Amino acid sequence: MKKVLLSLLVLILSATTVFAAGAAETAGTDDGGLIRVGIINNDPNESGYRTANDADLKRVFTEENGYDASYYYSLRNDEQISGARTFIQDGVDYLILSAAGTAGWDSVLMDAQNEGIPVILFDRTVDADPSLYVAEVVSDTNLQGQTAVDWLASQNLDEYNIIHIQGVMGSSAQIGRTGALNEMVANNDNWNLVTQQTAEWNAETAQQIVQSVIDAGTPFNVIYAENDDMARGAVAALDRANISHGVDGDVIIMGFDCNKWALEELLAGRWNYDGQANPFQADTIDSIIKNLEQGIEPESKTIYLVEQGFDATTITQEDVDKYGI
Amino acid sequence: MTAETLKKTGSAGWMGLFRNQIFIPIAALLVLVIFNLIADPSFFQISYSLNSNGDPVLSGYLITILDNASELAILAIGMTLVTAASGGQDISVGATIAIAGSVVLRVLCGDNPRPDEMQASILTAFLVCCVVSMLFGAFNGALVAFLNIQPMIATLILYTAGRSIAAWINNNRLPIISDPSFGYFGTFLPGVPIPTPIFIALICMVIIALTLKFTTLGLYTQAVGINPNSAKLNGINPQMIKFITYVIMGLCVAVAGFIKVTRFSTINYSVVALDIEMDAILAVALGGNALSGGRFSMASSILGAYVIQFLTTTLFKFNVSSSALPAYKAVVVIALVVLSAPAVRAKMGKLWRSLQASKLKKEAA
Repeated sequence: MKKVLLSLLVLILSATTVFAAGAAETAGTDDGGLIRVGIINNDPNESGYRTANDADLKRVFTEENGYDASYYYSLRNDEQISGARTFIQDGVDYLILSAAGTAGWDSVLMDAQNEGIPVILFDRTVDADPSLYVAEVVSDTNLQGQTAVDWLASQNLDEYNIIHIQGVMGSSAQIGRTGALNEMVANNDNWNLVTQQTAEWNAETAQQIVQSVIDAGTPFNVIYAENDDMARGAVAALDRANISHGVDGDVIIMGFDCNKWALEELLAGRWNYDGQANPFQADTIDSIIKNLEQGIEPESKTIYLVEQGFDATTITQEDVDKYGI
Repeated sequence: MTAETLKKTGSAGWMGLFRNQIFIPIAALLVLVIFNLIADPSFFQISYSLNSNGDPVLSGYLITILDNASELAILAIGMTLVTAASGGQDISVGATIAIAGSVVLRVLCGDNPRPDEMQASILTAFLVCCVVSMLFGAFNGALVAFLNIQPMIATLILYTAGRSIAAWINNNRLPIISDPSFGYFGTFLPGVPIPTPIFIALICMVIIALTLKFTTLGLYTQAVGINPNSAKLNGINPQMIKFITYVIMGLCVAVAGFIKVTRFSTINYSVVALDIEMDAILAVALGGNALSGGRFSMASSILGAYVIQFLTTTLFKFNVSSSALPAYKAVVVIALVVLSAPAVRAKMGKLWRSLQASKLKKEAA
């Protein structure tokens, strides 16, 4: 009896490890003129951004479009690296990579180079010599922050009393979106941070932070939240205290990421600004590959995606449908 | 001045309290209360106003603490039982809360992530969520009780896979419910100025208090935790008791998950209730319960949950900078846990007794 149970357990455990490792969907071997690409990405469940990103890749890298794509998902760097090695051994034509972590990619990228497999990075960059990859298609988070802060400056308030709710400390989105605001606050006397705390992308923590400022009775007129969820949490605290917000409201609400529901809040005038974090890199990667096939190198190594900010007073339903993720 | 009087009133029951397990969380709470009284007495102000829907609400730091500690207090109930019976902790509760919340939304939304009206009654959704969570609890419980796997290892499976399962239940979409009546459970019932989660937590506490008083659950749990073999000799089935505590944990997770999704009428699988299992375990430890199982005090654990939220809110109030926040919390937590360690408490009790003795000697002399 015990033996049966034990072997059953071993079976379950080994099954879960296989699931956890993420099964690489192996591609068919007969290419028939298709370009074989190996795509390494983070788990699509990670966030709305990642889900949209994955869907966009799957939309572009299809057989109709001339591709034979294999995907490997993991949120862990070491698993991604071994996934990359598998792809290199399989002899894919291109390796397309969104690295979970920045470190440790040198040797595997060198292997790819030795095999003559061009590497294209997307979304996230890695700490490796630029000669090891042909291009990186990334977001400029510093610019995202700058665009938002410029928009805020253009509102011409007499005084800016800002509640700044940060993302997970050290993440590239947090660093970029915090940087521009910190600089502005340091250089202008009428820009003040009422509080600057991390809610770690969590709506509920953001609500508690704003609630705390309200309970303390400190005046404020701007909420700068580094993603949409946290802006939603902040707004819930304002609603509880009957503080008006959005267009013509007492408090300006700013968010990032352009989730569809967030853009709808903008359209309804309850928020003021939402900055884009563009998850749609697939078309750019597609054109890079198509050019490389004809021997045309990309003009520059680093290609920044166009990312805009939306203003509640000018946003339209078309924007919501087109840019909402 | 105010601190002075508080200390005096406290010292009356000092001696009896000291031996009691609940002394630790009460002392921690007192320290926080006194600190806030000295730093800024307005911390304890409660104001009455209207929210943006025109409904009356109470607000203030105390209300925030009671409101936001609700889920943690409910989880502390389950975690205490699990700890006492199996001598280990369930680390999957954060991930299973994501599952519970996802189930509620799936039942209410059907296939449409943005329904105009709910596809089922809220009660149905809640009951389905309870059943599913208890099944996941039963899964953990079966691994621990019948296969004798270490609780932390057994629950590691759902800790790892839970959030993916939650996302899969809703096909990876993030449903949003626009019907305001759903949000009543996580915010305010119209016309009632006290946040609903406080009531839900109270109901759970009353239920567990009655269960512990009128059934043998508490006694059997402690018996199994102290020595499963002698419990068995006395006619208790240790496996069944362990299993039952994990199913109860599942029920607590269902209620906590339900509150979480009703707070914002939506869910984010990757961050909802993130790291809450650590706070729940901490609540049990703060309550002075041995994490290796055995005797437990439910009231101490629940109070421990409120102490943790009190601390979090205090740190928010004092505007501790984001990068330093975890460090502050760690220092306070270390102090509290060290104070609540049985060895330290025994030392302190000894010290107190010798002080009393020398006092008596002096008086006699």
